Amino acid sequence: MLRGHASTSGEARPPTFAAVKPAEIAALLRLEMALDLRQRAAWAGMLLYVVSAVYVCYLAVKGGLGLATWNALFWIILLFAAFNALARSFQREDAGRQLYLYTLVDPRSVILARAIYNGATMIVLSLLSLLVYSLLLGTEVLEEADLLQFVLAVVLGGIGFAAVLTLISAIAARAGNGIGLMAILGFPLVLPLLLTVMRASKLALDGVAWSITSTYFGGLVLLDVITVSLAWILFPYLWRD
Amino acid sequence: MKHWWKFLGIGLLLFASIAALRVPLAPALVHVSPDRIAPGPVELTITGYNTRFGKEESVYLKNDNQRVCATSVTTLDGTHLSARFDIPAGMKANLTDIAVGRLIYNGALFTEGLGAGITSGSCGPSTNKIDMSGLAFVFPNRSILYESIRNLHFHVPMWFTMIVLMGISVFQSIKVLGSNSLDRDLAAEMSVRIGLVFCVLGLITGALWARATWGAFWTNDVKLNGAAVTGLIYVAYLVLRGSVQDAHKRARLAAIYNVFAFVLLVLFLFVVPRLNAIDSLHPGNGGNSGFSDLDMDNNLRSIFYPAVLGWILLGCWMYDLRVRAARLANALDR
Repeated sequence: MLRGHASTSGEARPPTFAAVKPAEIAALLRLEMALDLRQRAAWAGMLLYVVSAVYVCYLAVKGGLGLATWNALFWIILLFAAFNALARSFQREDAGRQLYLYTLVDPRSVILARAIYNGATMIVLSLLSLLVYSLLLGTEVLEEADLLQFVLAVVLGGIGFAAVLTLISAIAARAGNGIGLMAILGFPLVLPLLLTVMRASKLALDGVAWSITSTYFGGLVLLDVITVSLAWILFPYLWRD
Repeated sequence: MKHWWKFLGIGLLLFASIAALRVPLAPALVHVSPDRIAPGPVELTITGYNTRFGKEESVYLKNDNQRVCATSVTTLDGTHLSARFDIPAGMKANLTDIAVGRLIYNGALFTEGLGAGITSGSCGPSTNKIDMSGLAFVFPNRSILYESIRNLHFHVPMWFTMIVLMGISVFQSIKVLGSNSLDRDLAAEMSVRIGLVFCVLGLITGALWARATWGAFWTNDVKLNGAAVTGLIYVAYLVLRGSVQDAHKRARLAAIYNVFAFVLLVLFLFVVPRLNAIDSLHPGNGGNSGFSDLDMDNNLRSIFYPAVLGWILLGCWMYDLRVRAARLANALDR
């Protein structure tokens, strides 16, 4: 309560819809990549997490899975993998480096770069999960499936998880409370996406025609776009102290 | 008089709540025993609800264009009636509906023994002999719903009020983002707290209603999932507030989460159900006709709208009190 209204309200930036700065975003993406390459253990950890989770499921269910259960288990594993992977996004930097970045670039570039990078991470992670999952839990359900649609659902779902959880990860990191808070804040918000993507991938597994599933893919793209735009609008407010 | 809206709210609530509990249901037939009959002489006992069966009722069985009149009718009391029929063999369709005067019970029973020939027993036109005096203003009496239709005036306004309070909260949160005002942050928090109270009340009234009509306290239904997610989001909002110490930082983080969550919640409540075309037991969803199409009538509406407005005003009053109390507590702390 030491700081009055006046001192902080002066800093408030009105949300101007400044143009996207591709150069800044590219530089930030390179930075993320360099940081990740430096921490290969983190990537190895994520992969191991997915493999262990799938293996646990494999041991737990033993034998044939129905199509619906196969689909549900797959998305639950992906959901937890997403939380695990994206929690690191804002967790790993200290206040000093954040201030340094703040003086250098537009915060919107930061959130966009992070969202893009996390989206790419999730795509790689989802496809790897799919590979391990089908190896262990069987590919019978994929026989009737429209594989292109299913992979598209996996990719769009991964991007969607990244879009929602990037901002949530930033909020949780700011609140100074780790992955626990992120799970509490994130789960209810991920649900609309999760339900839609599960439905879409179920239809893809059933081999339903594009004319029907296109609604769901459209909805997924819409959800992704809306969450990224919200993050883009809200992040500048988060990023100053 | 600046407190007029509080008096208005209380007046509306008193009127709507008393009316919701006191207005009788319209008379209807609720039970027929036995409910499976065969050609030949049959005696049926008919149970009515809120009926006043008189001496001479015209009782007949019907289906489509066939009609079989009772050979003799004995009125046991106001709500019980015994009627004898002589069902001809070889009706064109099964008799399923029973009518007493102008009260009709569709799908009351099943008649065995179809044939190709007879279309109808001899039967006069139906006459209205039900005594409707004293029952001028009644709620509709629907099968499955019956007396529980009164819950419409309690269950639905809870959700309207919650949405209004969450709307106030998100409005205040947007203002927080622009101004960093701690006072607006307080308002956003209090409206969420009061909104959650209405969420819990909505869940309780809904669970009781679901038990009475659908047979379970909780069903896997779009609207129930929406309500559960709403509750989770706003409890998470309060947890987020609790885990940040610095007041300005808390205000900003909570406001960002609130705006983000509200938009996703609106998507979840209004877009995803349409997209997924999920089955729902609620009226107006998943191929069900809306409550307003079948079950609503003008009597219900004339109580329902005051109830909604009354509960919203009460919610706003509760919110106003909480904000003022919190402001005083803050002033005392300094």
